Amino acid sequence: MLKVSQPVKKVLVPLISIIAGFLVGAIIMLIFSYSPVQAYASMIRGALGTTSSIGETLRQATPLILTALGFSVASSAGFFNIGLSGQALAGWVGSIWIALAFPNLPTYILLPLAIIVGALAGALTAAIPGFLRAYFGTSEVIVTIMLNYVVLYVSTYLLQSAMPASFRSSQDATKTISSHASLRMDWLSNLFGGSRVHGGLFIALIALVLVWVIMKKTTLGFEIRAVGMNPFASEYAGMSSKRTIIMSMVLSGTLAGLGGVVEGLGTYQNFFTQTASLSIGFDGMAVSLLGSGSSVGILLSALLFSVLKIGGLGMQTGAGVPFEIVSIVIASIIFFVAIDYVIGLLFKQRQNRETEQIAARTDSKATVAVTDEQKKGGSTK
Amino acid sequence: MTKSDYVIEMRKITKDFSGFKANDEVDLKVKPGEIHALLGENGAGKSTLMNILSGLLAPTSGEILINGEPVKIDNPTVANQLGIGMVHQHFMLVDAFTVTENIILGNEPSTGGVINRKQAQKEIQELSDHYGLSVDPTAKISDISVGMQQRAEILKTLYRGANILIFDEPTAVLTPQEIDELIEIMKGLVAEGKSIILITHKLVEIKLAADRCTVIRRGKSIGTVDVAKTSSEELATMMVGHSVTFKVPKSPAKIGEPILNVKHLEVKESRGIAAVKGIDFTVHSGEILGIAGIDGNGQTELIEALTGLRKVAGGSIEIEGHDLTNAPVRKITETGVSHVPEDRHKYGLVLQMSLAENLALQTYYKSPLSRHGILDYKKIRQHALRLIKTYDIRTTNEQLKAGELSGGNQQKAIIARELDRDANLIIVSQPTRGLDVGAIEYIHRQLIDQRDQGKAVLLVSFELDEIMNLSDRIIVLHDGKIAGEVRPETTSEQELGLLMAGSSKQAAAQEVK
Repeated sequence: MLKVSQPVKKVLVPLISIIAGFLVGAIIMLIFSYSPVQAYASMIRGALGTTSSIGETLRQATPLILTALGFSVASSAGFFNIGLSGQALAGWVGSIWIALAFPNLPTYILLPLAIIVGALAGALTAAIPGFLRAYFGTSEVIVTIMLNYVVLYVSTYLLQSAMPASFRSSQDATKTISSHASLRMDWLSNLFGGSRVHGGLFIALIALVLVWVIMKKTTLGFEIRAVGMNPFASEYAGMSSKRTIIMSMVLSGTLAGLGGVVEGLGTYQNFFTQTASLSIGFDGMAVSLLGSGSSVGILLSALLFSVLKIGGLGMQTGAGVPFEIVSIVIASIIFFVAIDYVIGLLFKQRQNRETEQIAARTDSKATVAVTDEQKKGGSTK
Repeated sequence: MTKSDYVIEMRKITKDFSGFKANDEVDLKVKPGEIHALLGENGAGKSTLMNILSGLLAPTSGEILINGEPVKIDNPTVANQLGIGMVHQHFMLVDAFTVTENIILGNEPSTGGVINRKQAQKEIQELSDHYGLSVDPTAKISDISVGMQQRAEILKTLYRGANILIFDEPTAVLTPQEIDELIEIMKGLVAEGKSIILITHKLVEIKLAADRCTVIRRGKSIGTVDVAKTSSEELATMMVGHSVTFKVPKSPAKIGEPILNVKHLEVKESRGIAAVKGIDFTVHSGEILGIAGIDGNGQTELIEALTGLRKVAGGSIEIEGHDLTNAPVRKITETGVSHVPEDRHKYGLVLQMSLAENLALQTYYKSPLSRHGILDYKKIRQHALRLIKTYDIRTTNEQLKAGELSGGNQQKAIIARELDRDANLIIVSQPTRGLDVGAIEYIHRQLIDQRDQGKAVLLVSFELDEIMNLSDRIIVLHDGKIAGEVRPETTSEQELGLLMAGSSKQAAAQEVK
């Protein structure tokens, strides 16, 4: 194993997995006799070549930053939130509903109101698995996965049967929201060549800073981290692990909900029937994992993902690579990110086991041969 | 005939863990038919040396001779073939199996895939009779006492043809009576020509059992001495490198008001079985109340109930006049309770957090460490630096992760955090487990200081020495009930041992006479 210091490793591991992903993507394209050089060049051009493509990339990154932050907050508390998709969808529907219900309220009231309602809808959706885990020990993985389906089909029901007919333009889509509720900013769009980049970007950037402050500087963040790292010691110190888990999930759901809000009020300006769980939910997990949960990391990896997504379209038009191959290339990069996480998990588990063994040994001075070696190996990681 | 005077010779054994020398040219020579003690503090390198001998680790340099023949022990099977057997401290036994099944596990004698159990049982019975181990080969492990489980472990090594037996801290889990029996068994084994290496840090046992003793300190061999010609003080000095006082001096207790009042307390363990079965006791200010007992007799559950970590099933807990039965942890802490938990890695520390954050673990939510929910890291750092200085925590800096501190310094950090809060009731459980002599002495001093300042101290320990040296009063827990209350100046280890094993106070007093 390479012996590098912790911070170096933190940068090196994601970098290696990205490069490996691109290499595998190149091999796949070679197999199907497309030129990887040409394809990657048109990917870069497609994502970053013009001001408008840069704008689209930023727009794509906006919800990803928010869902990724949501994932990282929950996982700090030891909670694996796979329900980001559903929470984002709840946020999207909630914000659009408010925007359509009160189209004539002034912007300074309607816009914040729609954002807040969307965020709350996400928070509420996330609070359910948090509550079930805290009070009944239910596995959050199962509950959040199933809730994604619940929210998906409830959103279709709400759109088609619960919303007043006057909100709808067709059976499958709502009307466009009024400009009073829109996150679109003309100056911003113009700055980026008329792209759909919108004010949600600022929400995402503010959230990046806020989450950092909450996690590092507040007692709530201290509690979330402590409960995530050692629930027993946290309980010993008088923290309520139930309250902390629910709080972290509410925070996580708020962020995911905002991810949906910026899609609704910013990118699409309406809500339309979804046939599958929102991809920003799952991409957000990958972004958070690739960015190893830190604010700067999440910003950078959200940008990378957006480059892949937006640039992928460019590969299709610029290098004639079929979209299926583009998807494989993007997937292989995500795959290597996931592998990195698996490696990270192994590290973590090994560390836990190691701690247990050291604990067992100090208990009793029992001897476990491997611990010494791991202890030594572990300290140089 | 052996060609050598020594059954085992380990010459200049060095084990280098990427720059850290766990063993640095260590020599160990064991004569046939002797009990050879290997003495050293925690982390001195005893375990590493024994792991090398039993094939679990490969030495970086050095050589091993068995009966004068140089050998290469590169895996445990080789060690087995050379007749080296280890009696582990944590028994490697399957609870649901019988003694016989456990012993043959891994190399079952069989004919055509069918285990030849009768034959094995007979052999094991013979071995047990021969060495006077009185183990019933048909008994299930879960039904027999800890002492007998250990004898089953011994039988296992003998059955596999061990000639050299390594005992790893064998007495940690035994009552004083069982320790006496074990020493008899070890003497019986060497009388039959076996050789024994006894790993320990308990000087009393070395004086009782061992013929010679090799002392290692910080990975280096300090010397080998004849136990009969060496005093305990000399051995201790060799082990730690400077002279130590065994008994922290203390003045008579000035007993004040009752601080902790426990009435008819009943607590269930996690499986719902009663663990604490209706006990009453009081701890006063200015005294140390020791709770003695063998591990697993309700101590853990009692402490967890007192500190709010476990639900109380019946009875009441009153601290400084407040009824705190089933109160939340933080309310109990705020009333004025410090708690040094039994398991410092699980409960005492968040190992991945910095030392500074760990030192703030109980007070982070209050001024001055935080204000309106915002942490003040400057104050947290100052707080940490002050504790590090006052309580002599050895660390490179306050940002080091708690998991990277040594065991002794981890415990000092917990003690610092808890004592600094100036609570009137201090609950300490196993405060010196796994620590070296220096750290033990320091912690004992701190506890006596607290007592002298008028604090009420409740001490749970499985170490009889610790209980005897520190306590002003001792209650003995057996099977979740108080088996008796004694005073350290009028009781003996024998009486305590009998109480711990479940004798009534009268019976124990009788037997000691």
